[in-house]
Amino acid sequence: MSVIEVTNLTKFYGKSRGIVDVSFSEEEGEIFGFIGPNGAGKSTTIRLLLSLIHPTSGNAKVFGKDVVTHGPEIRRDIGYLPSEVFYYEGMKVIDLLKYSASFYDCDCAKRLHELSEYMELELNRRISDLSYGNKKKVGIVQGLLHSPKLLFLDEPTAGLDPLMQRKFFDLIRAENARGVTVFFSSHILGEVQRLCTRVGIIREGKIVEISDIRTLQQNNYKKVRITADGLNPASFDLPGVTNMQTENGTVYFFFKGDINAVLQKISGVQVSDVTIEEPTLEEIFMHYYE
Amino acid sequence: MSLNIYKHEFHMRLRSVIIWSLSAAAIALVFFAIFPVFADQAALMNQLLEKFPPELRAAFGMEEIDLSTVLGFYSFILLFVQICLAIQAGNYGFGLVSVEEAELTADFLLTKPVSRTQILTSKLLAALTSLLVTNLVILASSFLAIELFRDGREYDPGLLLLMLASLVIFQLFFLCVGLVVSLLVRRVRSVTPYSLGLGFGAYVLSAFSGVFGDVKLEYITPFKHFDLAYIVQHEALNTPLVLLNVSITLVSLAVSYWLYTRRDIPSVS
Repeated sequence: MSVIEVTNLTKFYGKSRGIVDVSFSEEEGEIFGFIGPNGAGKSTTIRLLLSLIHPTSGNAKVFGKDVVTHGPEIRRDIGYLPSEVFYYEGMKVIDLLKYSASFYDCDCAKRLHELSEYMELELNRRISDLSYGNKKKVGIVQGLLHSPKLLFLDEPTAGLDPLMQRKFFDLIRAENARGVTVFFSSHILGEVQRLCTRVGIIREGKIVEISDIRTLQQNNYKKVRITADGLNPASFDLPGVTNMQTENGTVYFFFKGDINAVLQKISGVQVSDVTIEEPTLEEIFMHYYE
Repeated sequence: MSLNIYKHEFHMRLRSVIIWSLSAAAIALVFFAIFPVFADQAALMNQLLEKFPPELRAAFGMEEIDLSTVLGFYSFILLFVQICLAIQAGNYGFGLVSVEEAELTADFLLTKPVSRTQILTSKLLAALTSLLVTNLVILASSFLAIELFRDGREYDPGLLLLMLASLVIFQLFFLCVGLVVSLLVRRVRSVTPYSLGLGFGAYVLSAFSGVFGDVKLEYITPFKHFDLAYIVQHEALNTPLVLLNVSITLVSLAVSYWLYTRRDIPSVS
């Protein structure tokens, strides 16, 4: 079953673009990575799915229900962690979390304490006294408190130290193992690569590519590096070679196509070193941006 | 209506309610304390006032007031309470949804499983409760002030109740108009300039409508819809103007619901 189903979704803020004609779907139990630079429309998409803003055209369904007409019902099973968290400054952490829990029919007290302990969150401090990272922890606990079936994470790791980031990722993985679907928006490719099974790339409000993270890495490109004496870079100028660079007798390039063609070329040279590896998502990503 | 939002909203505003209530009560008590001295020399005072230009008297709503009577004098004091109440209600109206957007907590509330209609209704009821609390404190302090300082002079408690009850409808106007204006502008950064502007603006319009005589400004300002001097003099509300006032309030309320359920919540950056 598709948990999220977005069809030709478009949002304009007056004349300025939010997103244009975005379509994708996410299956139950998936961790879907949504990547793109700042201002590409990641947050706009999430805000549309949460019905914080209303679409200009097109529609979106979550749990098979339209987000515009069934918002409250849908949000019962949604957890949301925004990139920047803001809460009622005068409240204590515990009171805020209890207020948050009061919106759901669950007895969240046990989970509240488990999560806070895991995230090392002090419950008796005032929100206004918390550092940015600590507010973020409140956001994480608040977003997971009611055991949602679908999690929206909008650049969630900003402000968390590496140790907390790892704990956070472990937590998300554990939730996912319980069957929680995750929609993960980020511009940091490393974390998307670590966590997601499928990615959508958005650029200037439009989806550029949606694919399995493995397909994106394996089937498309290989990163080739060859070191040899008296190397003639031009001899590697095969169809499918891009981004060729030469440096101190080493040639680097990306190759898309039948790898045997490259191997044959290599076998004709006396090489001192060769690596053929999968490019990082970052490197693939740069292709979409050129 | 969601009880948890209602409680939360009421709690957040409690401090403000206490301050406004006590200030309004203080105005009633302190100013009415001079009534005994004043009433003794009322004949003199009325003579003095008659020498003032009628425009000036009109501006302070003193034209038709007999300051030597308990309610005549009290209605004059209540005018200042009215200005305070207008600003208080304006504050709550302008801030009802805009404060959450300015302080960026709207994302938290609106991603909860409640509809916008439920949110707005709960917020409005919480604000209404806050206003009622303020009015109850004013009611108590009014009767206290009058009992303490009326010096044996007679007054009609029923008429006083009518005046005080009119304050509630008066405040609803500022609450709802404030709300609809806050939803019509793109973003309210600070509530106070708006509520001060609306409150004093409405008062000044009412004062000037006295000065210019013929200009029909009374149709738009609640200070005229609920002119206390009129209530004392006629021992009744000015029904057509009150109906007009209530209509403006109801239209603002309906438009607010319409706008809020369609509103795009601005994001952080």
